[in-house]
Amino acid sequence: MSEIWAGMAEAFLLIWSLDADLIDITLRSLQVSLSALVIASALALPLGTWLAIRRFRHRRLVIATMNALMGLPPVVVGLIVYLLLSRTGPFGVLGLLFTPAAMIIAQVIIITPLIASITHQAMRELWSDYHDLLISLNTTHGQRIATLIWDGRRALMTAALAGFGRAIGEVGAIMIVGGNIDHVTRVLTTAIALETGKGDFALALGLGFVLIALSLCVNLAIHTLSRTEREGRW
Amino acid sequence: MVSQDLYAQLHGVVVKRRGKAVLGPLDLDLLGGGFTIVLGPNGAGKTTLLKVLHGVDRLTSGSVSWTVPAKTVRQGQAYVFQRPIMLRRSVRANLAYPLQLLGLPKAEISARVAHWAARIGLSAELDVPAPRLSGGEQQKLALARALIRGPDTVFLDEPCSNLDGRSTREIEDILCDASAAGARIIMSTHDLGQARRLADRVLFLNKGLVEERGPADRFFAAPKSPGAIAFLNGDIIE
Repeated sequence: MSEIWAGMAEAFLLIWSLDADLIDITLRSLQVSLSALVIASALALPLGTWLAIRRFRHRRLVIATMNALMGLPPVVVGLIVYLLLSRTGPFGVLGLLFTPAAMIIAQVIIITPLIASITHQAMRELWSDYHDLLISLNTTHGQRIATLIWDGRRALMTAALAGFGRAIGEVGAIMIVGGNIDHVTRVLTTAIALETGKGDFALALGLGFVLIALSLCVNLAIHTLSRTEREGRW
Repeated sequence: MVSQDLYAQLHGVVVKRRGKAVLGPLDLDLLGGGFTIVLGPNGAGKTTLLKVLHGVDRLTSGSVSWTVPAKTVRQGQAYVFQRPIMLRRSVRANLAYPLQLLGLPKAEISARVAHWAARIGLSAELDVPAPRLSGGEQQKLALARALIRGPDTVFLDEPCSNLDGRSTREIEDILCDASAAGARIIMSTHDLGQARRLADRVLFLNKGLVEERGPADRFFAAPKSPGAIAFLNGDIIE
């Protein structure tokens, strides 16, 4: 119990003193996770919506596979991305291993199925409401996807926030592909793992509290900006 | 005098659901202009016929051909569903949506939206989310959204089935105006009073088949088929 109090005190001190290392790894955490979120959302939102409105052969298999990929083990993703980006791998020439870009790639792979799957669930319901109207108005597939994404944006925000939550809290994959290099690829989660390994539980807990606060702040900021509760139910 | 021009022809149209025919086989000429009212008991196939004509329901067999080019058929048509489908947007955005799909200039969209909002009495509710409107207001909005593009043909599936007298009258007034402006109205209804008020022609469906069709005055004065006679007498048709 005393370690938790010490952790909270450490977190308070780190934030109060505007610790340079803390700011550095916090900003890197945000940079990596938000970049991954933007890229994954750009892929997953149209994909999930497209799967909701299109009927094609093996559609169920594709959806089942996408749902299964939600549980993709991050360590395995990290390992595969590591092998792909290592010097002897097919993309080794790009020199991305142990850079934030590699961490973003790993996180995109991890969170895209999650966002796409939640999007598909939400869009399926909206599509059943809109189906007859949009067919009647002779809309193209592109117009249908755009309409569903716009009108279902609040549900999609939930999908995106779930993706962000998974990305910001992820440690296994980014540890492997990032290498946890100080001032280069160290982020909050890998720093916590490092400090725990060193036995500095107070600092690890302090970083953990900062991570939780950061996640809460991003969620609140997005909810505030999108005016989720103020505009009420549509 | 309404136009008697041929608008569409149905050739051997059959629609099946779970192996059971819900419509057809139908061979039918649809004449243009004025009000064509589709009458019939529950399950007669009225909604399916309208959806087939509009192209939102697939045929099991047969074909539908129009006297206008196939590519422009859907662009000239609009459909009002029995349960109004509201986009989760404001009244303004719901009205603007079909015009945005056409890529019209913003100024023209604004003008048409203002005109139709005034026509249905929702000028003060333009920024209200459409799903929050009452049932009657939603149906009027759905009708205005259908008419805002100036379609030549409007399909309506029992648009007044859940509305009070005042809303029904407002919707009928709007439809009469649209008809006077040249739109052909093809509407299903359960309401015999409404059918008598509006119909130029009647199409009586029973068990997926056209049992009787013809000018409204003749149909109501002297129905010939047993199903139509029973329906007009208010008997239960099984």
